[in-house]
Amino acid sequence: MIKVKNLTKKFDDFVAVKNISFEVKKGEMFAFLGPNGAGKSTTIKIFTTLLRPTSGQVKINGFNIEEEEGKVRKSFGIVFQDQSLDDQLTAWENMDFHGVIYGIEKKQRRQRIRQFLKLVDLYDRKDSLVKEFSGGMKRRLEMARGLLHQPTILFLDEPTLGLDPQTRNHIWEYIKKLNQTDGLTVFFTTHYMEEAERYASRIAVIDHGEIKAIGNLGQLKEITASNSLEQVFLKLTGYDIRDEKASGLDRMRQQAKRWGR
Amino acid sequence: MNTFYYNLQVIYILWLRQIKRHFRSRARLFSSLAQPILFLIAFGFGFKSIYAAAGQGDYLQFLSPGIIAMSIVFSSMFSGIEVISDKQFGFLKETLVAPVSRLVIMFGRTLGGASVAVFQGFTVLIVTLLLGFTPCSLPMFLIALVFMMLLALLFTTIGTALASFFTDMHAFPVIINFVIMPLFFLSGALFPVEGLPKVLDVVVKVNILSYGVDGLRGSLIDSFAFSALTDFVVLAVAILIFLYLGSYLFKRMQV
Repeated sequence: MIKVKNLTKKFDDFVAVKNISFEVKKGEMFAFLGPNGAGKSTTIKIFTTLLRPTSGQVKINGFNIEEEEGKVRKSFGIVFQDQSLDDQLTAWENMDFHGVIYGIEKKQRRQRIRQFLKLVDLYDRKDSLVKEFSGGMKRRLEMARGLLHQPTILFLDEPTLGLDPQTRNHIWEYIKKLNQTDGLTVFFTTHYMEEAERYASRIAVIDHGEIKAIGNLGQLKEITASNSLEQVFLKLTGYDIRDEKASGLDRMRQQAKRWGR
Repeated sequence: MNTFYYNLQVIYILWLRQIKRHFRSRARLFSSLAQPILFLIAFGFGFKSIYAAAGQGDYLQFLSPGIIAMSIVFSSMFSGIEVISDKQFGFLKETLVAPVSRLVIMFGRTLGGASVAVFQGFTVLIVTLLLGFTPCSLPMFLIALVFMMLLALLFTTIGTALASFFTDMHAFPVIINFVIMPLFFLSGALFPVEGLPKVLDVVVKVNILSYGVDGLRGSLIDSFAFSALTDFVVLAVAILIFLYLGSYLFKRMQV
């Protein structure tokens, strides 16, 4: 489903992703873990055609991300780390907008919107403006929207960040259901180790733009001689706090953008 | 579904989204009317007697098309801010990962922004009618509508092109005012462009807005400083140039 070969992404002198290679198979629930600023979001942005790689090759659902952009875009659904709904529109209107820009025909669109809004328990609120929604409801709506065009791969960038345990649980139940019934491939990042422990079939740990280890939970524990994923994670990525460095760099990038570079 | 029909549908839904957003925000609806009305009353009635004493007739007749043009330009340019707010609040990503060409996205947005601006201009036109403005004839009135659309399209594309440089919603209005104010004051919206000092004359003729103001005024009160054809051609060419430039910048934009 996802094939990555020698992928590198540079921003000027800064190397965000260093020559990574791996593969995700159909029907996997693949967790992509790493500290802040490790290169997770950059990698997902490349997979989803928002950024172009500096070098290397990526195939999504068998399509090359640079040469077959359109087909790649039809193959995946994504739930972004920060919200990407139009909160001046209703839940239904957000779904409908998505359906139209993905070229789903009217009759089918209506039927699927109904189906997916029901799946995430938002059908009763279909005519409410999104700005009236809670964080958890917005997340669920984004999830429904990401699935509307029936992608074969679902990218989830921190899908449960800032949500209460009940909502997190709900969201993972939907995802698991779709994974089991439709064979949906799921590629997700998370900071909650127990989520990766519980739901991932395989896990990759990335730091400083490099893949430190990849395998299922048992293998990772074995390699690092640890007894929990948290320990695996800390052993592979060290104990330093990364926030400062990452946000400083982000600020620089932000500044550069502002100057139009 | 064939590609042409699909693209039309995408343009329609982008257009519809902007119309809905506009009419759902009452604050935006009213605040955008305040400035033109202020200008109409302060300038229109303030200079009325001087203008009449100079033998030029009714200043409100002269000024109204200029103010209508101004409201369209403001509204169009500010629609660029939607690109920035979409960038800031994430919605832009939703459109950028979709399997649709960026040119089509740019096109739908431009049409949406321009429609809102024409609506705005039309509302100001109604206000001027209430204040005593009288257009010359119905067929010419229809030509005025064409000029309103051209103005709206031109400045929406300029607004969108400018917006692609910014990631911050606060800086944009400042820059826009910095651009619009000189354009507006040096466009003949407030004063006749005949018999100006040489330097000012050149500036007015270089300013694209002058042609929009002239087209609108010419068709509303039947007095062109240039000519309807000149105005039309200049605006149409400018639209094509900025549409091209805007879509290039939009395409290049990363989030």
